[in-house]
Amino acid sequence: MAALTMYPESERLSAGERVAFNLYMISAVVLFVLMMLLGVIMRMAQGTWLEVAPDLFYRLLSMHGAGMVGTMGMVTTAVMWFFLRKYVTLHLWAFVANYVLFLLGALCIIAAIFVGRYGGLWTFLYPLPTHSMGMWPDASAAWFMIGYLLIGVGMLLFYLDATAGLVRKYGNLGRSLGLQWLFGGRIDPEHPKAVVASTMVIIANSLGIIAGAVILVMYLVGIVYPEFKLDPLVAKNLTYWFGHMYINATIYMGVIAVYELLARYSGRPYAISRPFLWSWAASTLFVIIVFPHHLLMDYAQPRWVSITGQIISYSAGFPVFLVTVWGALANIHRSGMRWSMPSRLMILSLFGWAAGIVPAILDGTISINRVMHNTQWVPGHFHFYLLLGVLPMALALMYHVIGSRRNQVSNSAADRLGLPIYLLGGLIFTLAFLAAGHLSVARRMSSHLPEWIFTDQVGAVGAILVLLAMIYFATRITIGLLRGPDSGHAAHAAA
Amino acid sequence: MPFQDIIWAIAMTGMGLVALVFVYVIVNAGKAVDPAAGSRTQARIASLRKGLFGLLLLIFVGASWATLHRFPIPRQDTSLQASQVVDVLGRQWSWQMSMQGQQSGSTLQLASGSPVEFRVTSADVNHGFAIYDPDGRIVIQTQAMPDYTNKILYTFTKPGTYKVMCLEYCGLGHAPMVTSFEVAKAAGG
Repeated sequence: MAALTMYPESERLSAGERVAFNLYMISAVVLFVLMMLLGVIMRMAQGTWLEVAPDLFYRLLSMHGAGMVGTMGMVTTAVMWFFLRKYVTLHLWAFVANYVLFLLGALCIIAAIFVGRYGGLWTFLYPLPTHSMGMWPDASAAWFMIGYLLIGVGMLLFYLDATAGLVRKYGNLGRSLGLQWLFGGRIDPEHPKAVVASTMVIIANSLGIIAGAVILVMYLVGIVYPEFKLDPLVAKNLTYWFGHMYINATIYMGVIAVYELLARYSGRPYAISRPFLWSWAASTLFVIIVFPHHLLMDYAQPRWVSITGQIISYSAGFPVFLVTVWGALANIHRSGMRWSMPSRLMILSLFGWAAGIVPAILDGTISINRVMHNTQWVPGHFHFYLLLGVLPMALALMYHVIGSRRNQVSNSAADRLGLPIYLLGGLIFTLAFLAAGHLSVARRMSSHLPEWIFTDQVGAVGAILVLLAMIYFATRITIGLLRGPDSGHAAHAAA
Repeated sequence: MPFQDIIWAIAMTGMGLVALVFVYVIVNAGKAVDPAAGSRTQARIASLRKGLFGLLLLIFVGASWATLHRFPIPRQDTSLQASQVVDVLGRQWSWQMSMQGQQSGSTLQLASGSPVEFRVTSADVNHGFAIYDPDGRIVIQTQAMPDYTNKILYTFTKPGTYKVMCLEYCGLGHAPMVTSFEVAKAAGG
């Protein structure tokens, strides 16, 4: 099975592809460091170790949220592109156009926040962006939304190109998702998991981005014609439909790295199976319809919608636990695993995803949500699976690519020290959030009650450790990606 | 025991079990077994997965029934027949709570032991109406949304000063958007 070749020829990057890939990855690690720095500042401010004025705090929070979500989207798109291009024809112009539009969108967002003083958070909940009570002008909200639209258009362009590639090869998206094998038939053992996962992401996230575009355009119309009003509940549904699918798509794009790379490090084939196809078919549906769990405290929602939110939240745990995580653990169990940075990061990412889903599922229960909604329980669970789940997936690919350029698996002593610091910091940071949520500490507040400050300070210590480790990773990865391959030894010299 | 403590215990148990499984697999991952022993192990893992599927299904059905058979949100389209009714209006950045028979501007007084209906709405943007008990724990919440009224039905059992905090970010004055009310022991209670 070709998948067991550590650095297969099909993953070689041409000169142009290499430049594009490096731009994505280096931009991402730099942005992650900067956004983490904002996170540290906010946690230290809540812990009274730093003085930050409320208006600045909410601008930093807006930047941190939009920046982290956007960067997660960008970096995991690069993961999907890196592997999907082996199986279907992808055009480099679409991949580069996505990057350019992302940068343009990011510039609009940065200008809206730091020049225009926008502080309506990444969720832009209607009608706050145009109802700031003088905190920022409507024009800033408009620039923020134009930034989102540019990023969304870039991603849709990339998805359209990927869709064209999939349809050319497999006939339609149903076949690339593997639906033809759900109820029987001999599954093609060479059907790539990357193709299945990419198809799911394209279907779900395109819908999410379009929902986001609808609400953003309606906002812009409302800014130009103030007499145009939206229904706040409809607006909230559209916003969370977009937000939930966008951030969830990052997990499903990121996990492609695990599907593709894990077997190479364990030395054991990681075959496609019917439960795998069922889990991705089910996840496609679940991720599209699960968003009402963000609106469980909107009692005006029809009852069946809230029940759907809870039931689908529970159901979403099945594919994660029983197929992806279980399958990966079964693959490495007593396999003679070659432990190195990519393999360690992959296992960490699966742990972060699996453990992070536990508090998330609990919060998807209506009666629990009544006491946990919008407490720090929420950033506790999503930081758990983003920081310890999705980001390590992307880092694993980066380390793998660095290894491919030197034909040597990345595993330096500094790497081996950096990872435990990242893990320890991440656990302290996220568990402090969860502990605070259990103590009813509210999220998204610039200042906290005296009895809440202890958890903020513990969280700040964890955040500093994560930041230090990430600065190391970012430096190591940037140098590794920019450095040319060793002459005569490189697995993947630029073509 | 506060409800949050039970949730915390469940979460930590679940996350701890996940961590234990990972530790076990990681410790054993470096050991290689011969192909025959490997396929026996893989068969055992496959049957374990069936067991896990059954266990998760049981938890799924049991938890769904336990938490939904008495729906935790009261009906929104009919009167809730509560003896105490409080109208709540959130606005950037204050709460206005009023009840028939009580002077506006004074601290609201409620009685424990009988249900209170809160009718919550907003004059401008989304707010979160969360009630904190005298020990500082949330007992119930809903969203305060413009154009909609969300109804809470809650029976207080513990007398004391309850705090209302905004749990949905609403702009510069979000953190200090706080008010309070008193719950007194019901007469004869």
